[in-house]
Amino acid sequence: MRRIVFIFPILVFAVVGAFFAYGLTRDPSNIPSQLIDRPLPEFDLPAIQGMEKGLSTEDIKGEVALVNVFGSWCVSCHVEHPVLMELSKAGAVPIYGLNWKDEPGAGKAWLDRYGNPYDLVGDDQAGRVAIDLGVTGAPETFVVDREGRVRFKVTGPITEQYWTNTLAPLIEELRRS
Amino acid sequence: MTPEIGHFALILAFALAMAQSVALFVGARGDDAGFAVFGRRSAIVVFALVAIAFASLMHAFAVSDFSVVNVYENSHTAKPFIYKLTGTWGNHEGSMLLWVLILTLFSAVLAAQGRGCPRDLHLLTLGVQALVIVAFLAFILFTSNPFERLIPAPVDGTGLNPLLQDPGLAIHPPFLYLGYVGFSIPFSFAVAALLRGKADTVWARLVRPWALIAWVFLTIGIALGSWWAYYELGWGGWWAWDPVENASFMPWLAGTALIHSVRVVERRDAMKGWAVLLAITAFSLSLVGTFLVRSGVLTSVHAFAVDPARGVFILAILVAAIGGALTVFAMRANSLSATGAFSAVSREGALVVNNVLLLVACAVVFVGTFYPLFIDVLSGDKISVGAPYFNMIFAPIASITLALAAVGTLLAWKKGDLPASLKRLIPAAAAALVIGVLVLFLADRARVSGAFALALVVWLVGAAAIDIAGRVKLFRAPMSDSLNRARGLPGAAWGAAIAHAGLAVFALGAAGISLWKSETVVLMAEGSTAEVAGYEVTLQAVEQFSGPNYAAERADFIARKGGQAIALSGERRFYPVRGMETSEAAIRMQWPGDLYISFGENKSGNGWPVRLFFNPFVHFLWLGAAVTALGGLIAFGDRGKKPAKLRHRQPKPVAAEAAPA
Repeated sequence: MRRIVFIFPILVFAVVGAFFAYGLTRDPSNIPSQLIDRPLPEFDLPAIQGMEKGLSTEDIKGEVALVNVFGSWCVSCHVEHPVLMELSKAGAVPIYGLNWKDEPGAGKAWLDRYGNPYDLVGDDQAGRVAIDLGVTGAPETFVVDREGRVRFKVTGPITEQYWTNTLAPLIEELRRS
Repeated sequence: MTPEIGHFALILAFALAMAQSVALFVGARGDDAGFAVFGRRSAIVVFALVAIAFASLMHAFAVSDFSVVNVYENSHTAKPFIYKLTGTWGNHEGSMLLWVLILTLFSAVLAAQGRGCPRDLHLLTLGVQALVIVAFLAFILFTSNPFERLIPAPVDGTGLNPLLQDPGLAIHPPFLYLGYVGFSIPFSFAVAALLRGKADTVWARLVRPWALIAWVFLTIGIALGSWWAYYELGWGGWWAWDPVENASFMPWLAGTALIHSVRVVERRDAMKGWAVLLAITAFSLSLVGTFLVRSGVLTSVHAFAVDPARGVFILAILVAAIGGALTVFAMRANSLSATGAFSAVSREGALVVNNVLLLVACAVVFVGTFYPLFIDVLSGDKISVGAPYFNMIFAPIASITLALAAVGTLLAWKKGDLPASLKRLIPAAAAALVIGVLVLFLADRARVSGAFALALVVWLVGAAAIDIAGRVKLFRAPMSDSLNRARGLPGAAWGAAIAHAGLAVFALGAAGISLWKSETVVLMAEGSTAEVAGYEVTLQAVEQFSGPNYAAERADFIARKGGQAIALSGERRFYPVRGMETSEAAIRMQWPGDLYISFGENKSGNGWPVRLFFNPFVHFLWLGAAVTALGGLIAFGDRGKKPAKLRHRQPKPVAAEAAPA
């Protein structure tokens, strides 16, 4: 009987250790979106100050596209911006912008200065649509399929490497299906 | 050139430690003096080699040698010299080297003082210790080499995380590691005891000072970390139940249980298996903490850069060390039979209850910390466990533990008299009741919980005072006699009373800030005024200036209350090299509570978002921790009597001792 008691600690550790080992294979900061495989929430955003057309859910349907949440105040967006510019120049994929919680005029000034990779930009100054999308921080990018369903979410800036390794193959696959 | 010397010294240390561990295990089996001498002396040489490695890394930081990747990534020429030095351990590789430096230091000290230690126990303990050293040196050399070169050398470095450029944080990790790593010695002693199938009062007398000093260092380390978080992070709190904070707290809880149960082994030759298991647990939790911080299995503000290869390696160390120790425990713990029996109502009985409560508390923290990982593995859901869980479950358990600690010290060893002990506590209970009732009527909020909390504080301090008063026969013998007795009282008794009183002081701080904190958030322009806890706070002026390696904004506040005016100023610093901001909260330390102001960026142009806090009793947190650590230090000074009494006790038949059950 006593023997069994002495084996107990090693059994507990075995279970905990197994969890640790399995936990190593997972990335805790990768929070999946609740929206995956659901249609993009309905919205119809006005244009940002200085531009003509806004952005609505209808605009995004029909083609596999990226919806990118950005703000002129966001440091990581500066890092991401050149990558988006390149994608837009190469015509890799349509990119729609959601200008999040920006001062009136600041978004346009930013796009004038660094270039505009977006097909259309919507102004979400109050941050309502961002809440519907479950945005936790900028930049954040949603991959939307032809039917307007969210298929993937990227938290943080898209790097060239991330595009080549993850997004490009995914978009290719969505186009084929 | 110097980095290569360091690297080479580290490789030598690794090879020597391997040879040393073999020699020690062989030496412990037979009586070949050669192996034993080689093993003991190697411990000192290994320490010297690691010290050379550490010094050469520190040198690279001091002279800003950017041809070393680690220096390039973590230092900068414009950094104040002192933070260049402390930057040595402000990064993953360097902190691992510090960890191993401390590990080998403890080994060397243990190797040098073999007197009073049975030969085989000494050699086996050093042998286990050497194995731990081998594992960590391998980890550094194969996955985290701090001496890696970068050719050609860049002109300047990328800077140390500015949050770490702070005196509090410069000294916090060394203390923490002294604590973490200190528990490796009780661990090695425990495994050695299992291997030789004998843990007795001699074993306990050897383990207790090591466990105590590790515990003292850990107490100081945790308190420093919390103090740093309080004044540097600008959120007005002192403990967030962050995974990394919990990682330091779990070994503390297990270590607290260990220093109590080792005392039982020392005095009564009982609870041996339990004490051995606790010694293994305390260090295991230190290792788990290391795994948690450096593997990236959980997200935390403290976590180092995540590298899966490192995670796998540390997990392998974990499995080898903890799994190995627990396997030996499963196989051999049966041989550690107790000779001393005790009745349920006794000091030993009270310490059993203490241990159970501490381990439950530890389990609560463990489950809360790893719950997100467990859930992620089982269902793929990402969740986080917040402070409310910990506060709700941990606070009651901690309160019960503290309340009972008051009674435990009054009970006699072997067989206590509970009614008599409780009778002695009547003054403490009465004082607690008075305070409780006062709080109930006078407090403006949190009356019931506040009454309980302050009553507990008074109860615990009162009980500690009664304990000491009883031992020195205060007021029952002439004053000079009492003073003599006080001087003659063993350090363990003083230590226990002081540490318990320290915990009470700490609890007072914790209760004050969590129950009666006032907080307001307002947008303030220059000249505008806000109110917190009766203080009229005016934002006088905001100025820009530049420091040695940062640009900063300073805000001057004036707080007025009843004719008294207090000037405070806080800063927000921007470190261009890292593109990071830090805040220096404006803190006025005063009785009965701190005025604490932190401010954000004037984004809109209409003013600065300002958070104003009034934190009552908050200093008692760190004062209490310091007193608690002092208690531990005093107990550490008490090496216990030479077992003269014991010799006379031992021949007694076991049956006679077991009689009063």
